[in-house]
Amino acid sequence: MSTLTEAAPVATTEPEEVELTYREAVNAALEDAMAEDPTVVLMGEDVNADGGVFKTNIGLPERFPGRVMPTPICENGFMGVALGMSITGMRPIVEIMFADFLPTAGDAIVNQLPKYRYMSGGQFTVPVTVRVMSGGGGRFGTQHSATAESWYMAQPGMRIAAASSSQAAYELLRASIRNNDPVLFFEHKALYPRKGPVRRGTIADVGTAKVLREGNDVTILATLLMVERSLQAAEQLAAEGISAEVIDLRWVRPIDLPTIEASVAKTGRLVIAEEQWHEGGWGATVISELAMRGTPWKSAPRAVSLPHDLLIPYSPTLEDEMLPSVDRIAAAARESVGR
Amino acid sequence: MAGTADSDRRVGWYRQMWTIRLFEEKVQELFMSGLIQGTTHLCQGQEAVSVGSISAMQPGDVQTNTYRGHGEALALGMTPETGFAELMGRSAGGSKGVGGSMHFIDTSLGNIGANAIVGAGLPIAVGAALSFKLQGKPHGALTFFGDGATNIGTFHEALNMAAVWKTPVVFIITNNLYGEYSPQMTTTATKDLARRADPFGMPGIIVDGQDVDVVHREVSAALERAKAGEGPSLLEMKTYRYRGHSRTDPAKYRAPGELEAWKLRDPIDILGAKLAEEGLLSADAQQQVRTEVQAAIDAAAERAAQSPVLTLEETRQYVYAD
Repeated sequence: MSTLTEAAPVATTEPEEVELTYREAVNAALEDAMAEDPTVVLMGEDVNADGGVFKTNIGLPERFPGRVMPTPICENGFMGVALGMSITGMRPIVEIMFADFLPTAGDAIVNQLPKYRYMSGGQFTVPVTVRVMSGGGGRFGTQHSATAESWYMAQPGMRIAAASSSQAAYELLRASIRNNDPVLFFEHKALYPRKGPVRRGTIADVGTAKVLREGNDVTILATLLMVERSLQAAEQLAAEGISAEVIDLRWVRPIDLPTIEASVAKTGRLVIAEEQWHEGGWGATVISELAMRGTPWKSAPRAVSLPHDLLIPYSPTLEDEMLPSVDRIAAAARESVGR
Repeated sequence: MAGTADSDRRVGWYRQMWTIRLFEEKVQELFMSGLIQGTTHLCQGQEAVSVGSISAMQPGDVQTNTYRGHGEALALGMTPETGFAELMGRSAGGSKGVGGSMHFIDTSLGNIGANAIVGAGLPIAVGAALSFKLQGKPHGALTFFGDGATNIGTFHEALNMAAVWKTPVVFIITNNLYGEYSPQMTTTATKDLARRADPFGMPGIIVDGQDVDVVHREVSAALERAKAGEGPSLLEMKTYRYRGHSRTDPAKYRAPGELEAWKLRDPIDILGAKLAEEGLLSADAQQQVRTEVQAAIDAAAERAAQSPVLTLEETRQYVYAD
């Protein structure tokens, strides 16, 4: 891995495209946000040590002395600290080392961050961004492999973003940090080494999904690592004469139903590709919302998810089998078009 | 009490303590008439902790408190009318009526949180204090919580972070002897909760929570230390709540005579006796204060009841800032 600070140019007013790994894109977003706004600080476990556990923070402690703050291992506590900072003039970014640790901060995430403004009658703004390292495939076992992007999706007061590429990581993280409400921002561990073009200085719109590949026969809707796999599945399908449209959801809250509806109006078919169990997640919610809108399906919607009533195992062979694969996504798309 | 505060201020405290006492009594009455619903956690008996501590704050300082937070909110300057309107779910309430009894909040008065989750206010106060430190502001934070909160994780997490970062915060245990319905000794392995400061290397001080002068002196000193960069403190206020935990609790778990014994050391009486002895406020004048406060409380409740209720749609603006 090259050093991030060398790879990342200084942001200019005219965004120019550079090739960055997803990890470098996260680093660039943090760097640009901290350079832009002196009230932005980054805090969490080991955030300043050797670039952080996933090396996303390389160079930041040196460039921004005192603003990259290691915390004790107490997620609920330091999430509350971030809230306290956010209502007294700061804009903290909290790093959660593994998504699986989020429930230890359950009170902060459920009762404090999203409710604090409302129950004061709008007196507070709570600009806290929670960066969450998520996802399987790393051989981290049952308690270090969750994506978790749907765990807290049913909470008014909260925004939830999920980044699938270098560009998405950069612009969604910038948008999350600028947002004046609490945002859970999900990164996927398996994507950190992936390279892609990034236009530095771009800020994503909140709540917009993105059509990454246009197609007419079937819509594949995905987040995080599943976006890459869906695009690969679409390639396979194209070779077989099936035209798949791939949408990166990007925001789990709010869900961009108009974009999804427009696509399904065209294709009449939907495959959800999600690295989570289907129950109670964004995939199930999308299908429910479309059903309630009377979507005229050409075939029943399908979901490629984590297998029902199984948990994520350590064994590399078994973990690979557990996570939705390119082949499974392609197979679901074929079924939906009756092939 | 020379040197702790000027005479006018202490007369003001006397009036404030009556305001809190009679406000809470009025809440009880309004509950019976149905104007206030849900639940309330009243603080009669703990007035010296609220008034003595809050009066130690300087402009710019902030505090967080709990669902038993009417005392702190009123001591900070929230008007009884604003409080009653909140309790009645009306738009003139401090939180526009969406917060209710457990969320008396006014950021303009330094009241940055009244939390319905035990222990949740501590890290928020540490965060505010850290924020002041990072921004080079000369302010500090107080955080009020009960004896029961010293058993929850955020208490230990917050004290540890505050000690490690030397944030200008003062932790105030309002030890009223009961965590909800349970006597302290049945849930807590430490007798004097101030000792829970020891493992964090910060001062842990037992304070007579019935004497507003003592409370004021100790909180002022702790806040001054904290703001001078000398680190946080844990103050244990030994006090008592006259009512049960919440509206439905008749407090049958109390030992016979316990309530009566505490009432012999009533915080308002203690200050009143001192003010009379020092020639600052005679017994007659004290009776006059009480009468005036009662009239003001009654009028405030009447006015609060006239305030409109927001529509549900109007409250939508309080969900997201963007």
